[in-house]
Amino acid sequence: MLFNRSLPAPARPSSITTLDGSDSEYVDNYKYLGVWLDCKLSFQTHIKHLQSKIKSRISFLFCNKASFTYAAKHTLVKLTPSITVPSVLSPKPHILPTTACQSEQHLGQYYTVPPSHFHTVFPHGLPPRYQQQVKTFNEGCVMVRQPALELISHLKRADYSKPTLRYLLYGVKGSGKTMSLCHTVHYCSTQGWLVLHIPDAHLWVKNCKELLPSSYHASRFDQPIQASNWLRNFRTTNEHFLSKIKLRQRYVWTKRESTEEGRPLGELVDMGVSRVKSSSDVVGAVLKELRLQAGGTEGGFRLAVAVDGVNGLWGRTTLKKEDKSPVAPEELTLVHNLRKMINNDWCGGAVIATLSQTGSLYAPSSAYLPQELLGEEGFDSMDPFVPVPVSLYSEKEFESCYLYYLDRHWLQHPHSQTEEGKKELIFLSNRNPSVLERLCAFL
Amino acid sequence: MQMQRLLLSTYFLFSPERRTANMAASGGRTVGSFLWKCGNCCFNFNTVSSNLTRQVLSRQLCVSAVLHRKNLAAAGPEKFSEEFIKKQVEEFNIGKRHLANMMGEDPETFTQGDINRSIAYLFPSGLFDKKAKPLMKHPDEDTFTKALAVEKHQDRLRGKDLFTQDAKQISLVGSRWLLKEELEELLVETISEHDYARFIQLMERLLSLPYCSVEEDFVQRYRRQLEIQSSKQQVQPLQYDQHGVAYSTGDGRRKTATGTVLLRDSGSGSISINGTNYVHYFPVLQDREQLMFPLHFMGVLGRFDMQCSVSGGGHSSQAGALRLAISRAMLSFLSEGQVETMRQAGLLTPDPRIKERKKPGQEGARRKFTWKKR
Repeated sequence: MLFNRSLPAPARPSSITTLDGSDSEYVDNYKYLGVWLDCKLSFQTHIKHLQSKIKSRISFLFCNKASFTYAAKHTLVKLTPSITVPSVLSPKPHILPTTACQSEQHLGQYYTVPPSHFHTVFPHGLPPRYQQQVKTFNEGCVMVRQPALELISHLKRADYSKPTLRYLLYGVKGSGKTMSLCHTVHYCSTQGWLVLHIPDAHLWVKNCKELLPSSYHASRFDQPIQASNWLRNFRTTNEHFLSKIKLRQRYVWTKRESTEEGRPLGELVDMGVSRVKSSSDVVGAVLKELRLQAGGTEGGFRLAVAVDGVNGLWGRTTLKKEDKSPVAPEELTLVHNLRKMINNDWCGGAVIATLSQTGSLYAPSSAYLPQELLGEEGFDSMDPFVPVPVSLYSEKEFESCYLYYLDRHWLQHPHSQTEEGKKELIFLSNRNPSVLERLCAFL
Repeated sequence: MQMQRLLLSTYFLFSPERRTANMAASGGRTVGSFLWKCGNCCFNFNTVSSNLTRQVLSRQLCVSAVLHRKNLAAAGPEKFSEEFIKKQVEEFNIGKRHLANMMGEDPETFTQGDINRSIAYLFPSGLFDKKAKPLMKHPDEDTFTKALAVEKHQDRLRGKDLFTQDAKQISLVGSRWLLKEELEELLVETISEHDYARFIQLMERLLSLPYCSVEEDFVQRYRRQLEIQSSKQQVQPLQYDQHGVAYSTGDGRRKTATGTVLLRDSGSGSISINGTNYVHYFPVLQDREQLMFPLHFMGVLGRFDMQCSVSGGGHSSQAGALRLAISRAMLSFLSEGQVETMRQAGLLTPDPRIKERKKPGQEGARRKFTWKKR
C-alpha cells in the first residue's frame, strides 16, 4: 500500500519485490490492529465497514419499517450514521418538538400535529382534501414553509399593547394559503392564545336556506344554522377559556331571558347553541366581549382572529330577500359583527386572514391579488395590513413532499419512483401543491 | 383348378378396385403390383396346402394386402433408382401375363394393343381426358424419363460445383410492387383486378423459389422505390438571441385552433400560454399531458422555456395544436435520427380530422332522425 494524501493518485507499481526476493501484493485497503487503513489516509473505509456491520444487525428493523409510525422511524433514522442514510428514510421529514421551536433550518420538513390536538384545534378549518389525507395516512403532517414561519415570527415579535396588526395571506390557487393559516392557528393554540377560527367566510354569504330578520336590528338578517354551527366549533376549540372569561355586560334576549353580568362566557355560548333563533346575536355578543377583554391587564389572554376567505365579507352575496332583491353583505348580522372584529380598533391580539378565489362569488378565476379579490371597499377596510405572499413549492419543498408521499407509499406506480417520473410530476403540476396532491391521488 | 381358384379370387379382389378406379398412370402399376403380390401369396399358400376354401384364401389375401398397404406408406417416398425401375419392369411383365390369362389369351403373344383393349374392357372409364383413363404401360416409355433426366442434370451440376448453397436474396426493402395503373401503363392494355391479383401472386411465387436472385433484373422491372419520408421534413436552423441563448419557433394547427411556440434553450421548464401559466390555462390533466408528450419523448423535460400563444377551437384542439407546434420547434435542436423517431411516433403529423359536415335529411353528420313507425 502506498500512502499518499495528494490529489492525483500516483501510478501503481507493477511489481514489488522485498529484500528477500519474493513478490508482495499491492492492496488499497488493509486492516491492521482493528482499524481499516486507506491509501488516502482517511477513515472512509473504516466507517463503511462499521456501517455495513450495523446495518446487518438492525436490518430486520428496516424490513418492517412500514409497520412503524413516523415518530419511531425518525428515531431509527437518527440511529444510522449520517453519512449514508437509506434513501427512503432520508431525514427530510423530521420530527420537531413543538411549533414554537421551528425555525429557518426546518424549512421544507414535515412536523406531525399530535393526534390529541387535532380534534380540539381543528374541528373545522382544514381543507377537505387534507382531512381525507389525514384519515388515510392516520397522521397529520404539515410542511414547514416560509409564509407560516414569517407569520409566526411576526406574532412573536409584535407589541400587543398597540392596535392589532392584520396579516393577509395571498397567492395563486392551491399554493397553500389555508394550510399556512392552519399552521399559524396551531402555533397560537399551543401558545395558549384564544383562537377565533372562521373556516370560510364565503359560507356565510351563500347557500343559506333560512334567513331570519334580526330581532336586534330591523334591517339586518340572521343566519341561525351557520351561527350555531360556528358556536359549537368555537366551544370545542376554546374549552378552557369559556369558564375563565366573565361577561361585562348584561344581555337581554327576550322579555324573560337575559344573561347577567359576570356570568362565564361558556354559559352564553351554550345558550347560543341551544337556542338557535338568537345564535347570530350570541355570536355578536361573544365577539364584542372578546374584543373588549383581549388586551386586558387582569387575566389577559391573546386573541387570534383567523379568517379564511376574508374577501367574502366584502363584495356580493347570492342571498335574496323575500322580494327577490339581493342582500348586501353588511345586512347580514354575522358579517357585520365580523367586520367590526377585523377593524384594528382593539388591541391584544392579531388578525390573520386569507384570500380565497375558490369559494368566492363573482370573481374571475385568474384573480389572486388582494386588490382584485378584496375590491375597493374591502381593501380600504383592510388597509393597512401586512401582506404575506404564499408561493408554489420550491425545489426543496417539492422534493420533501415527493419523498413524503413515497414514504407513505402513496405513490404506488413503479415509474413514479424514478427520476423521469419525478420530472413528469414536476411538469404536470408545475410544483403547485394542490395540483400535485390531486395528481398523486391517481398514482 | 388352382388357377381357376386364383382367377376367381383375383377377380373378387379386382371388383372393388374397378369401382374405385379413378387411377391415373399409376393404376397399371398398382394392379400389377397387386397381381404380383397376390400371386406371390397364392404361391406361398399353395406350398402350404391345397384344400382350403375360397373364403380363407380371400381372407388371407385381404390381410396381406392391408399389411402391404401399410408397409408402402411407411417406406417413404419412392426414389427413382435403377433397382426400383427394374422392379417396376418385372412387375409389369408379370402383370401382363396375368392379364393375358384373365382374358383367356396367350401370354407370349400379348401385345401392347391387346393390353390397352383389355384394360379398357376391365376398367371402363367415363372420363374424357385420355391421359386420365387407367393405363398399363411398360415403365421404360415416358414414365421415368423426365425425372431421370432432371436427376442426371443435377448430378452434373453438382460435379461442376454449380450447386452453391449461399442463396442471394433480392432485397425488397424500400420498394413496392407496381400499382395496377402503372402496370396497365407499362403493358399498354387494360387489366382486370383478378389478372392483377394473379400477377402479384405469380411474382411472389417467383420470389419464394430458391436462386430467384438470378432473375433480379426481371423482378426489379416491376418494382418501384419508396421515398424516404423523413427527408421531407424541413428543419429550420437555430437562431440565437442577444444573450447567446438558442431559440426556435414552431406553429401548429388542429381542427380550427392555431398555436405558435417560441422555444428557448437552457431554461427551467416554465411555460406561459397567452400570458398565463399553463396550469391555470389548462386545468385538465389530459391537455397538460399533450404538452408534455414531445418533451418527455425526447427526454428534455426541464431544458426548455416556452412562450406559447394559441387561439381558436376548444381546449383539446388547442392542446393538440400546441403539441404539434412544440414538436416542430424542437426539430432544430435534434439530430437526424431523433427527427426520424419523432416522425414515427406521429408527433410531426398534423391531425387531418375535422368536423364532418351535417347532411340534409339527417340530424347530424351520422345521426338520423328518430324513426317513427307511423
